[in-house]
Amino acid sequence: MRKPLATAIAIAIGSIVLLGYFLPGTLLFKIRLELVHWAVILTGVAVLVGVFNLFSVHVEKIRNRQKGSVYSLFLIASLLFSFLFGLAFGPDHVTIRLLFEAVVIPVEASLMAILAVTLIYACIRLLRKRLDLMAVIFLATAFLVLLGTAPFPFGEIPILGSLIRPMIVNVPAVAGARGIILGVALGTLTTGLRILLGTDRPYGSN
Amino acid sequence: MNWVSITGLIFVLLSTGILVSLSLWKRKKPPTFRDIPAYTLLDKEIGLAIEDGSRVHSSLGRSSLLEHGSAASFAALGLLRRISELTSVSDQPPIATSGDAALAVLTQDVFQSAYQTSGAGEQYHPSTGRVTGLTPFSYAAGSLPAMRDENVSVNILLGSFGVEAGLLTDTAERENSFILAAADGLPAQAILYASLQDPLIGEELYAAGAYVQAGQPHTASLQVQDILRWVFVVLIMGGAVLRLIGLL
Repeated sequence: MRKPLATAIAIAIGSIVLLGYFLPGTLLFKIRLELVHWAVILTGVAVLVGVFNLFSVHVEKIRNRQKGSVYSLFLIASLLFSFLFGLAFGPDHVTIRLLFEAVVIPVEASLMAILAVTLIYACIRLLRKRLDLMAVIFLATAFLVLLGTAPFPFGEIPILGSLIRPMIVNVPAVAGARGIILGVALGTLTTGLRILLGTDRPYGSN
Repeated sequence: MNWVSITGLIFVLLSTGILVSLSLWKRKKPPTFRDIPAYTLLDKEIGLAIEDGSRVHSSLGRSSLLEHGSAASFAALGLLRRISELTSVSDQPPIATSGDAALAVLTQDVFQSAYQTSGAGEQYHPSTGRVTGLTPFSYAAGSLPAMRDENVSVNILLGSFGVEAGLLTDTAERENSFILAAADGLPAQAILYASLQDPLIGEELYAAGAYVQAGQPHTASLQVQDILRWVFVVLIMGGAVLRLIGLL
């Protein structure tokens, strides 16, 4: 009984939210806004569940003395410290802000820098793994756009910076991106409809 | 109610009608789709993983269920369910990582119900569906140990990713494991194109269910996508011709 009921509720709420989107100014629109507010609150609660999940996975790693459990210990200590400190003094406290500005942001920036190196390496590997016409066009385009955008001390490269790069960026790149986005939009629509019709149930029903 | 809303509603209702009709249509022969090498290889690699006792790892991206990328996450959940059913006989249960808490809750739900359907309910463990970080790079950094240290031989990166997908594919490549990856965002797709042997582009992400035989609704939804794509092609070409001859 529980599973058909969950499916019926999901379909009904999904339909109200969808219709409320297309029928502004109606009662359905107001109900939709209220339901979306509830969803935001539930998502906030889910973050707490997620943090607990992260905590329990790493506690298990330490208990089983798995590889890298020292890092798990460090993670749990940092998590507990920032959670309790944030709870006691609020997210705007200078120490909490310092934690973000001096730890989180630099670490993420470093990973971004590693990614730049990783991508150059991936491009070199691409030529080795998949030497076809599309791969050559992909790399040549990336190279031309980079050269046309790079801040050289002598200014932009004539023709490349003023003509070729804008032409590539504004015509074939935009056309290709629109084509891909249309495909993604169609996929999004059909996936949404499958869930709305209850034929695809990512909420536990068999 | 303006004409954009009316057109949108008609379009959605029309798509729903086609999807329901195709889902209910009892056909003699199943429809055939073009070959996508990555999906063909996935079947083989999952079989090999079951045989050699290694794990399948799915990474479902970091889109919140309230964002536009949620459809990609739902498509990934559909594939995850099918993979859980296929690997329920394996000694090593699959693991799933994500960068959103609500998505992680759903992955646990999917694992639990898939195991129950396959009659292997005791295989389920909550830690197999986990959040690895709540920012793009912390999510990627948290997923790397799972890919490296948990005897993973198949990596499926399907969902809403940003540029951090490059770090995940690089690690999978270093571990010599199989990678199937698709994302809904353009920057991630460009990175995946440069990093993978058989990249999946655009709507191929949403075709996963149909290619792993997840059921008639997935096949029907892929057919609806194809029909709608032709409608769009005709509309765009028609619009271009009308504009060229000065009627639009």
